Amino acid sequence: MKLKKQNVRIILVLSLLLVLLTACGPKAAPDRGQESDDLRHQSRGSCIEGHAGLPTKTDAKPQRLTVMTHDSFSVSKDLITAFETAFNADVMFIKGGDAGSALNRLILTSASSNRPEADVFYGIDNTFLSRALDHRLFESYRPTAFGKIPATFNQDPDFNVVPVNYADVCINYDRMWFEEHDIPLPQTLQDLTNPIYKGLLVVENPATSSPGLCFLLATIAELQEDTARDFWIALKENGVVIASDWETAYYTHFSGSSGKGACPMVVSYATSPAAEQIYAETEQDESPTASLLIPGTIWRQIEYAGILKNTPNRALAETFIDFLLSKAFQEEVPLHMFVYPVLPDAALPPEFALLTQTHDAFHTMDPLEIAENRDRWVNDWTEWMFD
Amino acid sequence: MTGSRGSRFKIFLLWLIPVAFMLLFFGRPLLSIFRLVFSSRFSQGWTFFSWEQLTRPLLFSFQQALLSTALTLLIGLPAAFLFARFDFPARKTLRAFSLIPFILPTVVVAAAFNTLIGPRGWINLLLMDLFNLSEPPLSILNKLPAILLAHVFYNTSIVIRIAGQSMERLNPNMIEAAYVLQATPFHAWRTVALPLLLPSIGGAAMLAFLFNFTSFGVVLMLGGPGYATLEVAIYTQVFDRFNLPMAGVLAIVQLIVTWLVAIVQNRVSRTLFGNAMVTQRNAVRRHPSGRKEKIFVIAMCVLLILLFIVPLLSLVLRSFVSLDASGGEVGGVKTAFTFRYYTELFRNRHDSIFYADPISVIRHSLVYSFIATIIATGVGLLASYAIAGSGKRFSRVMESFLMLPLGAGSVILGLGFLLTYKHAPWTSGRFPVILPIAHALIALPFVVRTLLPAIRGIPRNLREVAAVMGASPWRIRREVDFPLLTRALLVSLTFSFTISLGEFGASGFLANAYTATMPVAIFRYMSQPGALNYGQGLAMSTLLMITSVAGSFFIEHMRLPRKTGAHTSEMCLIGE
Repeated sequence: MKLKKQNVRIILVLSLLLVLLTACGPKAAPDRGQESDDLRHQSRGSCIEGHAGLPTKTDAKPQRLTVMTHDSFSVSKDLITAFETAFNADVMFIKGGDAGSALNRLILTSASSNRPEADVFYGIDNTFLSRALDHRLFESYRPTAFGKIPATFNQDPDFNVVPVNYADVCINYDRMWFEEHDIPLPQTLQDLTNPIYKGLLVVENPATSSPGLCFLLATIAELQEDTARDFWIALKENGVVIASDWETAYYTHFSGSSGKGACPMVVSYATSPAAEQIYAETEQDESPTASLLIPGTIWRQIEYAGILKNTPNRALAETFIDFLLSKAFQEEVPLHMFVYPVLPDAALPPEFALLTQTHDAFHTMDPLEIAENRDRWVNDWTEWMFD
Repeated sequence: MTGSRGSRFKIFLLWLIPVAFMLLFFGRPLLSIFRLVFSSRFSQGWTFFSWEQLTRPLLFSFQQALLSTALTLLIGLPAAFLFARFDFPARKTLRAFSLIPFILPTVVVAAAFNTLIGPRGWINLLLMDLFNLSEPPLSILNKLPAILLAHVFYNTSIVIRIAGQSMERLNPNMIEAAYVLQATPFHAWRTVALPLLLPSIGGAAMLAFLFNFTSFGVVLMLGGPGYATLEVAIYTQVFDRFNLPMAGVLAIVQLIVTWLVAIVQNRVSRTLFGNAMVTQRNAVRRHPSGRKEKIFVIAMCVLLILLFIVPLLSLVLRSFVSLDASGGEVGGVKTAFTFRYYTELFRNRHDSIFYADPISVIRHSLVYSFIATIIATGVGLLASYAIAGSGKRFSRVMESFLMLPLGAGSVILGLGFLLTYKHAPWTSGRFPVILPIAHALIALPFVVRTLLPAIRGIPRNLREVAAVMGASPWRIRREVDFPLLTRALLVSLTFSFTISLGEFGASGFLANAYTATMPVAIFRYMSQPGALNYGQGLAMSTLLMITSVAGSFFIEHMRLPRKTGAHTSEMCLIGE
């Protein structure tokens, strides 16, 4: 009897698992074909002006376009559906890990075969740009919208890549902490080495973190190498906390985040306070954090996209690059990725316009200069901070 | 153990699938990535090489792994003994909970430890309050103790499960016999029990050591930038310097060390008896009697609760509590009970194309781990039987060969997979087939380590008796082997299931953009600023814990037919 009961149980279990498997096999990926017709009609008109005249063949099988990007990339479903309908395309995204990993993956896979893994790559920033250009990953393309983008964003004269968005890396601070402790905010870069700010700042390791590298580059651009060295050694003596990645810095060490760490200042993005307010638990009048806009601590990180070499879908890839620079996509960028659009006439969402602060005293560098010095600077920094 | 030609052919057949699996999904990707990074395209001469960048992480990997493993054994062995030998209230719950750390992504463990021992964690708050201190007295973040603590937290369950299941199978009659022969308890344990347990203790220690040796997230996130294991160094070489040949050298060194450790362990802890005396009787466990035993049980329970349940509970609690900074108001933080983090999981605020609701995320994870569990246990079972049946020398080589997936860095192996299997249906399709295969590859060493001692422990005379009585080979497997292997099988199913469920390294690489697993989803939330994002990360972590506890409970209660088992063990006693 007992044996039978157990057997029944096993059969039950197995059949349950089978049902589970068969039920979700085909559903594991989003279904493209099921988009309701009215949604298509709705979104068709809303997107991508300037391409209305292009011929579209809705009866033919849609052409697959593969876009490789990093984990932080996001876009609305409506917009992609509109693009797919307008150009009879089937857009497939590959997320290749964080920005650095996605680029490395691309370099390796394109080195091993002539056919690229994707048609378009989105999401190399100016600190990685030279690595991408060195390995000749892209085909040159100059979109028509290019003229509208401010010249400062374009750092590749050959149009291998086009700028799509930007964000400023800077120090965020915990507003309540400074209020409670009645300590004035630092006003200059050198103020950070003042003993009243001892142990209050957490930065990321530039060898393993992208914002960490940006912050180091900003200080070097501001102070030049020798003075930067003195500054960092003074900062170390003033108890600066170093974390390996943004997640640990922000959620373990920073007091202004939900992790409630011990440091009221962290290297993050100028848009993070806006995210703190939009993703607050209850509606707040103000963000719990704010950006500390001190010259020499701000780095402008620009993100680029490009058409991958030897793509068999060159025409569609061009259309996608145009799409990235279209007003519809550019206006979505702020709330989806918490970055700024490069197109000046793209309207910012109201909460974004209100919440983010900007400053003109940011730094960037020629990608070539970064490429030439990057290894040495990161090496030197490691020596300054850990020896 | 070579046997006749017929049995040799059978062994050869058994080897076929495991070897093909390893060559296709381990050898091939590694070869192609090494061939590429050492080609002239990425390396000219030996200019990329620096001794210091090899020796420093190698030395640190060894140091911290030795320390961590010693500490893990110190806590894990008494804990394994506790679960194997004593019955007490909440035994099953505690045992199930001890498995959770094993699957949690490092981001979450870092958060759990932070709520507990961080600068504003409640232990520090308590101490500051008690002793009127203005500064938090405990600060272990970014220091070696944080790494060691996290490693113990992660790996104790390996010792509990693997050493524990052989303790459970240990026949108490053997020890009683020693007592009858006037042995002291210590002497009886040392000369009778320990040699019988050594293979599985050695196996557990080796797995823990290799896990610590190749540790990545813990060292990076909790240890901070001051520390680097080989695995961290590989990542830095790839991410920061793009020195691929150097990363390749480091990966090869790590593989060699893994191989050597496996071989050494194999020599040291080979069982002294051909067939360990095992039992399947359930009478092995009993209630603690006497003061000493009671104190032991209570002390161990308290320790395990402190180590496992408290950090996990503080995390679960935090996912239901909102900390409201109340609009710049000066003063304390208001706490309140909330379901907000969970309801927010169901909301796609900006209609993102990559949004996946928690139900489908859990479903993706379950589908992947179900497939991975089947593959790992199937291949592992074949491989274990093949090893047990092969000649001494060959089996030794193959056994350590099967441990190698533990030593291949996830960065390097992940890139290798992408090079070799970059087309549909492997990675680029809607369902990345390669993902459960990668999970199974990582789980395989665990399965083999768990099943092999159990298979070797099956008394040979039992099979012979059955054969003499006319049982077919299949019937012998079903009625002699299977009942004796039940426990080991359940343990390996649990391990493969949880390893796959919690795996992040390969998943981050290979999962496509639409079918995120739970750890990948947690990481997505926690890499954005904002209280709700952090809260959703915690809520998803809680769901991950619940899924894994439910899964392991389910597996351990999937009572496979036992009755025949009792018979055979009785037979075994008679047979001797």
